[in-house]
Amino acid sequence: MSFLTIENLNAEVGPAPILRDVSLSVAAGEVRGLVGESGAGKSMIGKAVLGTLPSAIEISSGRIVLEGEDLQAMRPRDRRRVIGAKAALIPQDPLTALNPSRRVGPQITDRLVDILGWTRHDAQTRALELLDEVQIPEPERVMRAYPHELSGGMRQRILIASAFAAEPRLIIADEPTTALDVTVQKQILKLIRQMQARHGTALLFVTHDLGVVSKICQSLSVLFGGKVLEDTSVGDFFARPAHPYSAALLAATPKYTDPEASLTPVPETVIEAVQAEIEAHDRRQDHV
Amino acid sequence: MADGRSQVKRRAGARLWLSATWLGLLVLGAVFAPLIAPQDPLAQDLFGARLPPFWEAGADAAFPLGSDSLGRDVLSRIIHGARIALGVALIAGTLTCLIGSGLGLIAGYFRGWPDMVISRLVDIWMAFPPVLFAILLIAVLGTGLSSIIIAIVVIDWTRFARVIRAEAMSQGAMDYVASAQVAGRKRFSILLAEILPNVLPTIVVLLTLEMGIAVIVEAILSFVNLSISTDQPTWGSMIAEGRLSIHQAWWVLVFPLVTLFLTVLSFSQLGEGLKDHFDPVLR
Amino acid sequence: MTLIRRILLRLLTMAITLFGVAVIVFFVIRVVPGNPIAMMLPPGAGEEDIARLKALYGLDKTIPEQFVIWLSGVLQGDFGTSITTRQPVLALVLSRLPATLELSVVALVIAVAIGGTLALTGTRLRGTRSEGAIDVANGMALSVPDFLWGLVLILLFGVLWPVFHISGRVSPSLDLPFVTNFYLFESVLRLRFDIWADLVAHMFMPALALAIPLAAIIAQLLKQSLKETMHLDYVTLSRTKGYGENHVITREALPNAVLPTLTLIGVQFTFLIGGTVIIERLFSYEGLGNMAIDAVINRDLPLIQGIVILFALIFSVVNLVVDLTYAALNPRLRHG
Repeated sequence: MSFLTIENLNAEVGPAPILRDVSLSVAAGEVRGLVGESGAGKSMIGKAVLGTLPSAIEISSGRIVLEGEDLQAMRPRDRRRVIGAKAALIPQDPLTALNPSRRVGPQITDRLVDILGWTRHDAQTRALELLDEVQIPEPERVMRAYPHELSGGMRQRILIASAFAAEPRLIIADEPTTALDVTVQKQILKLIRQMQARHGTALLFVTHDLGVVSKICQSLSVLFGGKVLEDTSVGDFFARPAHPYSAALLAATPKYTDPEASLTPVPETVIEAVQAEIEAHDRRQDHV
Repeated sequence: MADGRSQVKRRAGARLWLSATWLGLLVLGAVFAPLIAPQDPLAQDLFGARLPPFWEAGADAAFPLGSDSLGRDVLSRIIHGARIALGVALIAGTLTCLIGSGLGLIAGYFRGWPDMVISRLVDIWMAFPPVLFAILLIAVLGTGLSSIIIAIVVIDWTRFARVIRAEAMSQGAMDYVASAQVAGRKRFSILLAEILPNVLPTIVVLLTLEMGIAVIVEAILSFVNLSISTDQPTWGSMIAEGRLSIHQAWWVLVFPLVTLFLTVLSFSQLGEGLKDHFDPVLR
Repeated sequence: MTLIRRILLRLLTMAITLFGVAVIVFFVIRVVPGNPIAMMLPPGAGEEDIARLKALYGLDKTIPEQFVIWLSGVLQGDFGTSITTRQPVLALVLSRLPATLELSVVALVIAVAIGGTLALTGTRLRGTRSEGAIDVANGMALSVPDFLWGLVLILLFGVLWPVFHISGRVSPSLDLPFVTNFYLFESVLRLRFDIWADLVAHMFMPALALAIPLAAIIAQLLKQSLKETMHLDYVTLSRTKGYGENHVITREALPNAVLPTLTLIGVQFTFLIGGTVIIERLFSYEGLGNMAIDAVINRDLPLIQGIVILFALIFSVVNLVVDLTYAALNPRLRHG
């Protein structure tokens, strides 16, 4: 079954569209990549689902359904609770995503205790298990540490453990490896993949890196200007991209098989064509 | 977003204009005090004591804001008081600004031992309660306008020195200063030609704020009866008198207090407004 | 830097500052043109009497000599004898100190309460009209000093709607059973809430006058750092966990936003204590500041010296405490 379904989601800042008719779904155990250049709106989709859009951005129409529950139809308080119980975020920058003035332990267990009503003891046990699962040595000591005492890689592992703590149905990973060293990146990517597979979570993976997509995702949505241009399986995408923009994007990505091969940036003509397509879409919307 | 910003700017502009208008009126009042004031501010009339302001029963139209317990006209005393208040603001403010900014520039740009000495002095100054320090100085110097001005300068130079020192330091670390140094220019000429113009907006803002502070210090000193000889009308001495007769004649306290309040507020709002005006990114 | 080294360094700079204050006060006072001795004697007293009294107060020696004598006395806790009251300066000053400390601390508590509430409410309501209103009120409160707020309060709560006392520390008709001069504190310990209420009714206005400008500064800075903190990733992460706005502001943002405000409160608290001088005068509150102004007017040199040194000592201690609190609260400094 599909843990996350987004149907015809539109969002704007004032008159300017940010998301245009976005539809996508992520099934249990599926990893979907959300790909696009910066400014394509890929992070906005994650924020819309988690209810953390900047206040200037308004969702004007569409549905976000999280395991059968329509988030847009809920009162804000209930929506927050449902999101807190069923979804979780693995943030981009582990250095800024942990509260520097709180110890690590409570930052993993707080959701379990405060939102889901676990006992402190159960939450503690669960956190220790998870830290073990993300291969953190001496979990007891780490629980008592402050974030600044730990390395970037350690912190990202803690954030991953924290995300999986409540056994969420959906995890949104927002460029979770961009801020890390290349060597650490690989380990973290592998860890996320393992954890996701073990827990059967639906994973929405926001990234600009097609190389990462090829390693971790089964399906992907390509975005430009807040619009989904292509929704396809990873195999199909790399073999025969359907949209000209996808093809250009693929050509602009270094190949792991041949990293030295010359790269062609996305040509102007392709960009202009996509922009024309989006404008045509907007005109259609206005006529409706 | 764009709307919010222009709204902020409009509000800042309005407050700048209101403050400037009030201060302008005050300056006019001070300059032409003998022409404008309806009465002699020192003339006593014990039979006309504690006349209420014009809208109350028993008022005398010749004393629009009433009279104090010695029968002196409140309005005339406020207008004449503006002379002392603004005079102190202008002279003490400027002198404080010159000395404080000068020391701040030297400490911030030349660093080394001048900075050590000046910073140490600032620390010591910060350990004095300013009002107590002022009263102490007046006690030593004797009362009078020049004593007040000296007291304000001696107490408040640190206000400029601290801020300007920090600004000069950050300006001194910039590339344009380094390139001027490489070009072989004298350090002192760099200080005047490159650093000073860049910290000038801050100095102007501080000066405006300082004038408001000078007005307050003068009022406080006349309030504790240490300012000018007692027969000079000052806002502070009027407030001190009004405080004593507050239950019998509220207007003796209220009108000078409102005047002082608006003046201090205007200087400060003008300073803040200038700060926003000079700051291109609007904080 | 370890905590011990930090403390030692601070104590050293504190000693230098206090010494500087002592030197300045001592020498500034010696320039006083008026002759304090003459004021103490009945008219017609002979040269001999004057000389005797000068010798008694050590005023016949050279100024540097006087300074050495005075300083060595101070180091042994002897601040000399007040000329006007002929009592030991230390005893006089210590008898008034509790009143000023109580006033300052109550003012600080009020300032933190008002400022904190305004900052949190302003953050909660950010982007609305109410936030704009809070900002405007804040700007006014910031621009006008405690002296003027004191006068405004006297008009409001002393005359227009007379609910508080406008002068004194406690009603003279009350029989005070206290052994210390910390009346407010002791009245609570002795469960004398009648006296406590009377003290509060006297203290409320001067304390509020002192608190208003500080409250505005706290509100402004805390709100600014709260708003900056609210954009940080860990705050966003906390939102996705299911927490509401209030929890996010108070539990996630506040502990991190509060640090810069804390240092500022330290510096500003010393300004507040300095403000007690004029505010005590304004409300005829029997504290150190009021005594200081009397001492200056009466040219009571030993008393002035004692009070100024005590103020400087309080300022330095406050700064030290703030510095250490800052180090203790900031985990990065604690382990760094």
